[in-house]
Amino acid sequence: MISCEIEKTLRAPGGEMKLRLELEFKKGELVTLYGESGAGKTSTLRILAGLLTPDRGRITVGGRTWFDSEKKINLKPQQRNLGFVFQDYALFPHMTVRENLEYGTRSREDKGLVSNLIEMVALDDLQDRRPETLSGGQKQRVALARALVGKPELLLLDEPLSALDAKIRTRLQDAILALHREFALTTLLISHDLGEIHKLSDHVVELEQGTVLRQGSAEELFLRNKISGKFRFTGQVLNIEATGVVHIVTVLIQNQLVKVVAQEKEIRDLVVGDRVLVASKAFNPVLQKLDS
Amino acid sequence: MNWEPLILTFKLALVTTVLLLVVSIPLAYWLAFSRSRTRPVVETLVSMPLVLPPTVLGFYFLVAFSPGNAFGSWLEESLGLQLVFSFPGLVLASILYSLPFMVHPIQSGLSGLSPSLKEASYVMGRSRLTTLWKVLLPNIRPSMLTGIVLAFAHTVGEFGVVLMIGGNIPGHTKVASIAIYDEVEALNYGAANFYSAVLFTITFCILLVVYLVNGGYLKRFWR
Repeated sequence: MISCEIEKTLRAPGGEMKLRLELEFKKGELVTLYGESGAGKTSTLRILAGLLTPDRGRITVGGRTWFDSEKKINLKPQQRNLGFVFQDYALFPHMTVRENLEYGTRSREDKGLVSNLIEMVALDDLQDRRPETLSGGQKQRVALARALVGKPELLLLDEPLSALDAKIRTRLQDAILALHREFALTTLLISHDLGEIHKLSDHVVELEQGTVLRQGSAEELFLRNKISGKFRFTGQVLNIEATGVVHIVTVLIQNQLVKVVAQEKEIRDLVVGDRVLVASKAFNPVLQKLDS
Repeated sequence: MNWEPLILTFKLALVTTVLLLVVSIPLAYWLAFSRSRTRPVVETLVSMPLVLPPTVLGFYFLVAFSPGNAFGSWLEESLGLQLVFSFPGLVLASILYSLPFMVHPIQSGLSGLSPSLKEASYVMGRSRLTTLWKVLLPNIRPSMLTGIVLAFAHTVGEFGVVLMIGGNIPGHTKVASIAIYDEVEALNYGAANFYSAVLFTITFCILLVVYLVNGGYLKRFWR
């Protein structure tokens, strides 16, 4: 069980903002923080990591107190057993991939783990390369593997996939999920991508102006009308076109364009750029094998 | 030809640079990352030698270290240090005089690094000292090289401070820049030209090497 109840006044470009949070999640869960930029998501991760000190509150992880303003407990980042993947990956430029991972080892047995991790994220061929020679997706894999070297209780990921294209994103989502299960991690992730949130999270917390707006499962949060359809995807509206009686909405799902016929009432509060769920029930989709 | 002033110059520059590096790394680290209110004051003090005439610095040194006053005589009696008209005095004065040339490049190198590098190291359980040594310093090698070379070259080119506090004792405090002045006064243009040409050539070579290294021109020879 991880519980966090904190208050912190943040100095943002638009003036001061009060971050006031009560979060609680179970061990082994994958929790996503969602919300507009400036809502306090990154600050929340930094507070959990000990990189930012809250004004008041308590943080306990698995029965151990990491922070308690009343008892004047504040563990340093070094004393909190956690992994952090930074938005800019923060790989050490002067070390090779393997050296980056080995930097986080504390004992001999950890060295064995380094080899395992390199294999798990498929970096064998790249282990002697410097970060500057790697692509974004490869760097992300190194950062992810490096965060796990210390066998953390808590894994914090700050928008880990936002800079990557759709195909690599999907592969890395699978990697995150696999590692999360393999290491029985408790993971806290920041993401803006509804599809990604839906795919990865057990629990979603939506922040607004430094407070929790809503929380629950991805479906509870993002589906106002529950649809029990099995065939559904999330995407982004690219175009809405009126053609007499009906409207044709062009939706980008992953990296495919899909045209959907919509009724007047369905598009009433829909504008280009909105995230939508495309679902269908009571029809039979055609399945055709693709030549590979 | 008398090589003594030249040897003394480079000995002074070398000792000064080594000591300066040891002093400047913690100082630059503090200036780069501290949020203390005294920081602007310290920053100003470090930069003072850039704008003050060297003679001002030299004059106060002379007053402070003179065995005629309390501090100077205490130094001499308790530590056996005579800082006026001696080589150790020159080293100390040079350290202060060249301080900004070493501190500024290291400081800007450190503050130019992404803060997440430092934080990543902390989260991985490494102490501040290990982080500085294993992560931060290796990533600001060009800045450190710039600092080392500027401090060295600046010490070689020192005149005013040395003249004030060192005087002109052959073998102890008569460095090349003073020797040149001396020879010109004595109308020995040949000797002055010799010292000048050597200084010119050596400092040109040192600076050239820095720009070649930092500009990446020499990379293909060792990678």
